[in-house]
Amino acid sequence: MLSETIPLEYRATLKWIRHGSSVLDLGCGDGTLLSLLVREKDAKAQGIEIDEQAIHQCVVRGLSVFHEDIDRGLSDYSDHSFDYVVLNQTFQQVKLPDIVLQEALRVGRKVIVGFPNFAHYQARFQIFFQGKTPVTPSLPYEWYDTPNLHFLSISDFIVYCRRREITIEDSSFMGKNGIIKIFPNLFALVAIFLISPLDSEGNSHGASIRKNITR
Amino acid sequence: MTSLHSMRKNVDVHQAAHKKNRGILVKQVNVHKAQSVGIVQKNYFQCALPPDELILESGEKLGPITVAYEAHGRLNKEHSNAILILHALSGDAHAAGLYKGDEQPGWWDDMIGPGRAFDTNRYFVICSNVLGGCQGTTGPSSINPKTGEPYGLDFPIISISDMVTVQRLLIDHLEIDQLLSVAGGSMGGMQALEWLIAYPDRLKSAIVIATATKHSPQQIAFHEVGRQAIMADPHWKGGYYDGSRLPAKGLAVARMIGHITYMSTISMAEKFRRRPGDEKSHKFSAGSEVEDYLQNRGDHFVKRFDANSYLYITRAIDSFDCSRGKNLYEVFKGIKAKILVLAFKSDWLYPAEQSREIVKACKLAGVDTTYCEIDSTYGHDAFLLEVDEETHLVKHFLHRLSVKNGIEGKYRVMEYAI
Repeated sequence: MLSETIPLEYRATLKWIRHGSSVLDLGCGDGTLLSLLVREKDAKAQGIEIDEQAIHQCVVRGLSVFHEDIDRGLSDYSDHSFDYVVLNQTFQQVKLPDIVLQEALRVGRKVIVGFPNFAHYQARFQIFFQGKTPVTPSLPYEWYDTPNLHFLSISDFIVYCRRREITIEDSSFMGKNGIIKIFPNLFALVAIFLISPLDSEGNSHGASIRKNITR
Repeated sequence: MTSLHSMRKNVDVHQAAHKKNRGILVKQVNVHKAQSVGIVQKNYFQCALPPDELILESGEKLGPITVAYEAHGRLNKEHSNAILILHALSGDAHAAGLYKGDEQPGWWDDMIGPGRAFDTNRYFVICSNVLGGCQGTTGPSSINPKTGEPYGLDFPIISISDMVTVQRLLIDHLEIDQLLSVAGGSMGGMQALEWLIAYPDRLKSAIVIATATKHSPQQIAFHEVGRQAIMADPHWKGGYYDGSRLPAKGLAVARMIGHITYMSTISMAEKFRRRPGDEKSHKFSAGSEVEDYLQNRGDHFVKRFDANSYLYITRAIDSFDCSRGKNLYEVFKGIKAKILVLAFKSDWLYPAEQSREIVKACKLAGVDTTYCEIDSTYGHDAFLLEVDEETHLVKHFLHRLSVKNGIEGKYRVMEYAI
C-alpha cells in the first residue's frame, strides 16, 4: 500500500511503470522517486543529476547516479537502453528541451514528462490583470531566480507532441487539492505525461485522450 | 629544510581541516567516532617459488616474488568482507596506521580505520606494495637470485596487469574467493579497472578514483621527462648503480615534476608565497616558496624510493590500456561488479573527461555505476586530501553493498537522516 505522503505526480509515475522495469531518471535530485521505484516496483534504477550534494544523498539511498548535465548525458546511451526515461520537473529546466526529449525517446521505450503548467488560471490572472510574471504554487520563483528556462502549458505540450509525432499514452493533472479532470490547462498546476514515439504503423494511441484534455 | 617541510605538512593538514566548512556534508560525516588503526606491521608473502615462475604479460618469467602487505580489521567467517586498497605511483603497502616508533601515518590513513570510510570494524582491509616497487615487494632493487646482485635493468618489464596478477595471488593466499571491493586512485584506479576486467568474478565492487583507461600523450610526456632526468644522472650508470652513490638528483627532479602535476593553479597560489628576505638557494632562484617545497619533496623522496622502480612503474602506467585495443564498452561487458567512479574538478593531470570515458563505457555496457565529480581545488592531490567527500561517498557505497551481502560489522554504520 502506498503511503498517503507520496506526492500525486509520483503516484502517476508509480502507476505507469511496470514491475521490474529499468528506469533512467533525468535530474533525479536526491533520489526520492528512484528509491520509491526501487522499493515499490523493484526497478533497475539509474539517475543523472548535476548537483553534487544531491549525488551524495543518492549514494546514501544506495542508488546509482551519474554526476552530469542532462543536456549532454544522454548521447552516450544506445537506443532503448531503458524501459522508461523520466523527466520529472526537469524538462522545463534544460537548455534544449526539444533535443533532450527526442534523446529520451530514443534511449527509453517510454518517457514520463512532468512540468508546471504555465496556463494555470492564477498565472493567467497575474499576467492579464497585474501585468506581472506569474508566481504560482508550481512556479514558485521570481523572474530573477527561477531555474526554469522554458515556460509551457499543457496545450503547448500536446501541440508539440502532435508536431513531433509523439504518442501520448496517458496523462495525469494535479491541482492544489488533487487530480484535475476537467479543463486541466486552466486548473492544473502540474501535468505529467506518459509518451512514446509514434508506433511503426503511424498509429497514435493517445488521440482520444488528447481531445479530452485540450481546453 | 626539514623545518620548512614540517611546516608545509602542517599547512596541508590545516587546509584540509578547515576547507570543509561548506554545505551540509560536514555534519553528516561521522568523523568524531573515526579512529586510526594504531600500530601496524608489514607482512610478507612469497609466490612464484622454484620451480615455478610467474609468466609476465611480456612473456618474460619472474620468480621468486615477495609481496609486502598490510592488513587491518578482521576477515569474517565467510571471507566476504575483504577490501583491497591499491596504491599509486609512489605509494606502498603502508596505507594506514603507524609503524612502531614512527610519526608518519600511512598514505591513506584518514580513510582507513574504525569508523572511517574503509571501516576496519566492518571490513578486512588489505594493501600490498606493487610488483616492481621498492617497499618490500620484489622490484629492480631486489636481489636477483641468479646473480646475488640487485636486478637493476635485468628486472623484466612489468605491466599494471602483472601487478594485479600478483595481488590476485596474495588474495588466493589469504583464501578470499571474492573481494567486497577494490579501491584506488591514480595508478591505483588503473589497477582497479584491471581487476574489473581480468577477474570479474573475484570482486563485488570497485572504487575507481581520478584515473584513466589509458595515458594521454600529455601524461606520458610528464613521465618521460622524469625518466630522462633519472637516466641523465651520472650516478644512474645505465641502471646498475650501487648503494653508495644513487641517482638522487635525477630522481628528485622526476619527483618535482610529479608534484607540479599533482597540484592545481589555485592550490599552488594558496600554498606558496614569495620568500621573505633575500635568501636564495642559487643565483637564478626567483625567491618563491615553491622552489623550496619542490626541492624538499624531491630530497625527501630519494630517501624512500628507488630510481629504477620509478622507471619501471611509470613505464607500466604509460603503457596501460584497459581497452585492450577494442571498444572500451565491449571490454566492460563482462563486468559484474558495481562501480563508484570519482573525479576532481581541478585535476588536470587526470582530468574528469578521462573518468567520463569510463562512465560512458559503463553506460553502454550496462554496468551499475555511480559517478561523482567532486568540487575541489587540490588538483590530482585531491584524492588524498578530499577526505570528507570521499568518506561520505565510499562509506555509504560500501555500507549499502555490505548490507545487501549480509555483512555485519562490530558497530552499525550510523544511518543519516535523509
